[in-house]
Amino acid sequence: MSAFSPARLLSDLGFATRTKLAEIGHGARLLVRLLVLSGPALGRFGLVRDQIFFLGNYSLAIIAVSGLFVGFVLGLQGYYTLQRYGSSEALGLLVALSLVRELGPVVTALLFAGRAGTALTAEIGLMKAGEQLSAMEMMAVDPVRRILAPRFLGGIIAMPLLAAVFSAVGIIGGWVVGVVMIGIDAGSFWSQMQSGVDVWRDVGNGVIKSFVFGVTVTFVALYQGFEAQPTPEGVSRATTRTVVVGSLAVLGLDFLLTAWMFSL
Amino acid sequence: MADNTVSSLVELKEVTFSYPGSSGDRVILDQVSLTVPRGKVTALMGASGGGKTTVLRLIGGQQKANRGDVLFDGQNVSHFTQPELYAARRRMGMLFQFGALFTDLSVFDNVAFPLREHTRLPASLIRDIVLMKLNAVGLRGARDLMPSEISGGMARRVALARAIVLDPELIMYDEPFAGLDPISLGTAAQLIRQLNDTLGITSIVVSHDLEETFRIADQVIVLANGRVAAQGTPDEVRHSTDPLVHQFVNALAEGPVKFHYPGPGVADDFGNPATSGEKGRS
Repeated sequence: MSAFSPARLLSDLGFATRTKLAEIGHGARLLVRLLVLSGPALGRFGLVRDQIFFLGNYSLAIIAVSGLFVGFVLGLQGYYTLQRYGSSEALGLLVALSLVRELGPVVTALLFAGRAGTALTAEIGLMKAGEQLSAMEMMAVDPVRRILAPRFLGGIIAMPLLAAVFSAVGIIGGWVVGVVMIGIDAGSFWSQMQSGVDVWRDVGNGVIKSFVFGVTVTFVALYQGFEAQPTPEGVSRATTRTVVVGSLAVLGLDFLLTAWMFSL
Repeated sequence: MADNTVSSLVELKEVTFSYPGSSGDRVILDQVSLTVPRGKVTALMGASGGGKTTVLRLIGGQQKANRGDVLFDGQNVSHFTQPELYAARRRMGMLFQFGALFTDLSVFDNVAFPLREHTRLPASLIRDIVLMKLNAVGLRGARDLMPSEISGGMARRVALARAIVLDPELIMYDEPFAGLDPISLGTAAQLIRQLNDTLGITSIVVSHDLEETFRIADQVIVLANGRVAAQGTPDEVRHSTDPLVHQFVNALAEGPVKFHYPGPGVADDFGNPATSGEKGRS
């Protein structure tokens, strides 16, 4: 309402910076607490098991169907490219490497952010809005320990498993298109894959990636829910941010991880 | 049993509390001092946004006072470490405005939650304790229902059972009567009084409901504009000469608390400079 004044602008800027810094601090502190509390959370494995079921099992359908179709498309596109060089029997290797090294972990993480991450954010945001987290604190129960830590662990454990399912189903998809439909020799499809895929360099790196993505996506989802404004708009905005921030973080980290893995 | 040499269980000494904002701090409590005697029902009243819930949060250690001391059983809450705070909270129960039941747990599991988190009691004993507490609030038969299947009044009674399951010394009720039908309201008020007397608990009730609250309270504290406007028995407060308390107790629209939210004057907004209409106050 008041006219433009430099002092006012400066104080607003200072306040915004301080708020942002405090936010980063909160996030870092929450991450450290979650990492510290993950050990004790394993002690109550029932809670973690429920979360693995909730996050993993309910994401299974979308992961499997997506994996199958990604495998189909990889089979078709891979065949189209490879047959130009007369090496279409290397299709198995191409499909497996693409999935295990890259598409499995990345697409699973993106789908996980959309399917399970949003569920986590909304659940925790609504618990906060319904004062359930405050009530828990007043019962001398730490919500980070009781609610967040089991979900964090559940997400971290579920992600590599889901990525493995994605890759496995994708390879079957590639086989259906390449071998069953196009008619590539099944023997060379599988043997090229077997000899060309290295357990540590390819599968291992993929597992490391999906582990890192599991930590990232689950943490983003939990943080957004925990820090959400306890109103309908607040929870809806937090849910959106989970997908946006989670997906961007996954894609950015994927580049860094891939670059690091190639340099080894 | 607690140290009974301190006659008041909770004491606030010149407590100031404010929320930070970009345009200066918003003061909620301004040097508030009050005492909550043991074994009594103390009602905390005042207009919405007057800082009543903040007082409960300060006692529970969920917020920290900017200045002043919040004493629980003689100990300063704001100096507690996390374990000490949690130890103190196990001696408090809090009933939230809408119950704040865990929506993914049944009525039984909600009440059992504090026991399962804090004790290693066998399942059969937990069952008996939970059913006894549910019986005390008249909901033993509703044990298998989910929070979505019960009414607002019932939810609050379940929350009450959950709040007393660890046998606290202090129960804080945050607007226990808001939005209840007359029957549930009467039941809730009666329960608060009854639990206070039979279990020897100290109760703090934050409420707007004049009639019910005056009926069950031993002591009434009226908060207004971040200060204590009146403190005494219901009768003393009812006959207070303080204009603000008078307005509140008699539910008048005009008085020291304005009907109009502060803003530009009527003349400025409706463009008639001839009338010098009533200006909004700050």
